[in-house]
Amino acid sequence: MSSVKDWAAPTPISENRSGLIGKGVDRYEGRLKVTGTAPFAYEVEAPSPPAYGVLIASPIAKGQVASADISAAQAAPGVRLVWTPHNVPAQGERGAKINPRSQRGANPALAARIEHFGQHVGFVVADTLENAKAAAALVRFDYAAEPADLIFEDNFAQAEQPEGEEDVRVGDFEAAFAGAPVRLDETYVSPLQNHAQMEPCATTAWWEGDNVTVHTSIQMVKGGQHTLAETLMIPSTQVRLITRYIGGGFGGKGQAYDDLTLAALAARELGQPVKVAYTRQQMFQATIHRPAVHMRVRLGAQPDGRLDAFALEAVTHCRREAPFTEHAANFARSLYAAPNRLTGHRLVKLDIPAAGAMRAPGEASGMLSLECAMDELAEQLGMDPIALRLRNEPETDPETGKPFSTRQLVRCMTEGAQRFGWDRRNPKPGQVRDGRWLVGLGMAAAIRGNFLLPAKAGVRIDADGTITLRQGMTDIGTGTYTILAQITAETLGVPLAQVKVELGDSDFPPAPGSGGQFGAATAGSAAFAAGMNLRKALAELAIGDPNSPLYGDDPELVTFGGGNIAVDNRAEPLERLVARAAPEGVYVEGSITPAADARDYSQHTYGAHFAEVGVDPDTGEVRLRRMFGVFAAGRILNAKTAMSQITGGMIWGVGTALHEYNEVDPRYGSFIAQDLAGYHVPAHADIVDLSAMFLDEVDDKANPMGIKGVGELGIAGAGAAIANAVYNACGARIREYPLTPEKVLAALP
Amino acid sequence: MKTSFKLNGQAASLDLDPRTTLLDALRENLGLKGSKKGCDHGQCGACTVLVNGRRINACLSLAVTHEGDEITTIEGLAQGEALHPVQAAFLEQDAFQCGYCTPGQICSTVGMLQEAADGWASLVTDDLTADTVLTDAEIRERMSGNLCRCSAYPQILAAIRSAGGVA
Repeated sequence: MSSVKDWAAPTPISENRSGLIGKGVDRYEGRLKVTGTAPFAYEVEAPSPPAYGVLIASPIAKGQVASADISAAQAAPGVRLVWTPHNVPAQGERGAKINPRSQRGANPALAARIEHFGQHVGFVVADTLENAKAAAALVRFDYAAEPADLIFEDNFAQAEQPEGEEDVRVGDFEAAFAGAPVRLDETYVSPLQNHAQMEPCATTAWWEGDNVTVHTSIQMVKGGQHTLAETLMIPSTQVRLITRYIGGGFGGKGQAYDDLTLAALAARELGQPVKVAYTRQQMFQATIHRPAVHMRVRLGAQPDGRLDAFALEAVTHCRREAPFTEHAANFARSLYAAPNRLTGHRLVKLDIPAAGAMRAPGEASGMLSLECAMDELAEQLGMDPIALRLRNEPETDPETGKPFSTRQLVRCMTEGAQRFGWDRRNPKPGQVRDGRWLVGLGMAAAIRGNFLLPAKAGVRIDADGTITLRQGMTDIGTGTYTILAQITAETLGVPLAQVKVELGDSDFPPAPGSGGQFGAATAGSAAFAAGMNLRKALAELAIGDPNSPLYGDDPELVTFGGGNIAVDNRAEPLERLVARAAPEGVYVEGSITPAADARDYSQHTYGAHFAEVGVDPDTGEVRLRRMFGVFAAGRILNAKTAMSQITGGMIWGVGTALHEYNEVDPRYGSFIAQDLAGYHVPAHADIVDLSAMFLDEVDDKANPMGIKGVGELGIAGAGAAIANAVYNACGARIREYPLTPEKVLAALP
Repeated sequence: MKTSFKLNGQAASLDLDPRTTLLDALRENLGLKGSKKGCDHGQCGACTVLVNGRRINACLSLAVTHEGDEITTIEGLAQGEALHPVQAAFLEQDAFQCGYCTPGQICSTVGMLQEAADGWASLVTDDLTADTVLTDAEIRERMSGNLCRCSAYPQILAAIRSAGGVA
């Protein structure tokens, strides 16, 4: 196993001779996207015209499909098949594995047992979408409904410790809190949210003999391939899963859904390609969501602001049969110093759709509590909120005592304060007016963990000099294609235009996919390793080739640059070497594994958010006026796509603070908002004057390139900065997000 | 049901199920998959196309109602290899991430710029008697029918400014 010490050495990435690393080059696939020619999963050309599948959803939350009448649907025009729990082909049992090396178990569709509203109970395939939809409306189901636990707040008594977890205690929190001269004890509530990716889940599937090809919209290639293989009960080698373009994921497409299973099953049954897409309503009711979290924060401080006691206890919910914990307290374990600490989680199991990961799981919800509580404590103490945070800045990880790999939180706050004009903030709420608007400023810190997972990549050079990187990785809009092209081009010293990147295919060397902001570091490090291995292979090729100007040279002296391989002033273009000495091309793979000693460091990305809002005291409306963030996230690979990621995350924070929430209908167990009219994601007019900057940073404990993730950091803490600005504007302290007008009006002093 | 219209400058004739939306006709019958289905309910704008120069949500319109219309989709904006200025601006400003809302954003921008040139007011226009000036606030308001969950709004604004709006 490698050590982080190996990663401190100079590399082509750190040397950055072509200047491609960090450069804001246009997106690799950008031209396809602006011309509408990037085929998403539902748009892929199948070998023959596809049939159209439509899903039917359960109107009850819990119980059994008692019977189904499919006769009218079967007789409808163009119908090819109608499936219900009673006639759907055999599938693997949930979670079952026949391939011992599968990462995930089976995910069968159309179960008779209903576990949540919106669970799919029927499936119709017809020659056209119109015929399939019309026939789906003709299927009649009878249900045996059972009482269901639907409302989070009504079921707190059931809250239990997540399996295999314990509260984390350091020191004696209770005693320290009881003895603290200044105390805060408040509960904050973050809302249930939906991913609302623009592209609904979709699959196009076809079979050739015993092998199925599926184009689907999923963040994890191997996970999807293995799920489908287990569901179909076939070896994973018979499943080829392709996901070239993904219309937004945000964690919600980290797993396979029924479109994948049923498209594959129906294509096999019919001997014809089949494509299936979720409706927007099905996206809400039958994929995962971010669960609501109740967070009790207790802070005990000295009059000078030093924290003696800190506790964050989070209660959240999941679907009864699909355990998932929103780890809303984890981030706080590494954020502020306090000798006496308590963090932990409790889970309420409900009969509603499954909770799961959504952009910055844990931090996105959790920071809404503590970063508000710090603002409240600062006011109690008569301190500036930044000064309070500086007072509690730890030297080492406050829970474990491990050194930080890098930590520029202080600089994020001070640099941000200066650029934003934080000194203009009046600490007394309700003092600044602009016409009808009460104006306020707020800030919050940001922290998000950084991760590295095992991954592989393959790279080949052909006789024409084209270098092709292949990886079972995904680009969900994050810029993966682009940064992998930059890494590969810089590593091999060739122009960007000489590099092709092919992703999202289970036939390619595997990478874990997009999630947890580990994608760039993980996939990128494997691509870098593959590039280094190709350098080595090309050097050996040249040195061993009597016709090469490098024949017999010392491999240690070989350099790459300007499209050439060289030793001193002896050089030749890569394509000349390959065309002569290896006309069939050269292919190598590379891999990355986490360093054995990586866990000796506390490793995170950091930031600080600053927001200015206006509050209309007559209507309770909150308008964002200005927002700025400063972030430290390792070496930045692409100034343009990294900035897009971080500002996108900040805007998710705006949505969290002001607009986005869903609720469960106590009658049916459905989500009240089930479309983009009812669930308000930030629209263009909601976002004004929002920008960000990155601090210079290289984290040589993170991976061989010193980079970190940026996809999730931007949302962490962003909503709290806005809530704090609302308080500063008008004196309304709202602890239940989002800060909708009726809550603001009720909380106005 | 037979229907014909002009699509990206070419005559198109179809024999359609009358229930077919313009969006599905484009995507499933005519093979133009650039127009996206995000919600199928006119709430997200991903399916925005230009009909007789005006932007509409193709998902809310039945294809057979477009007899004789001139329809422009994202596939009809570039001139060969040369991108339309709005497409080029979106690429340059990184005004998209996943790219799923992008064809709708671009078609909507083209339509919006024409609306402004024609003097149409918006909800945030202060002076209805003055010439329309595409301020940032005007652009944001006029583009709010096109959702971008990746939240590329600052970059979309920059792209539109560079392609025809003013600061």
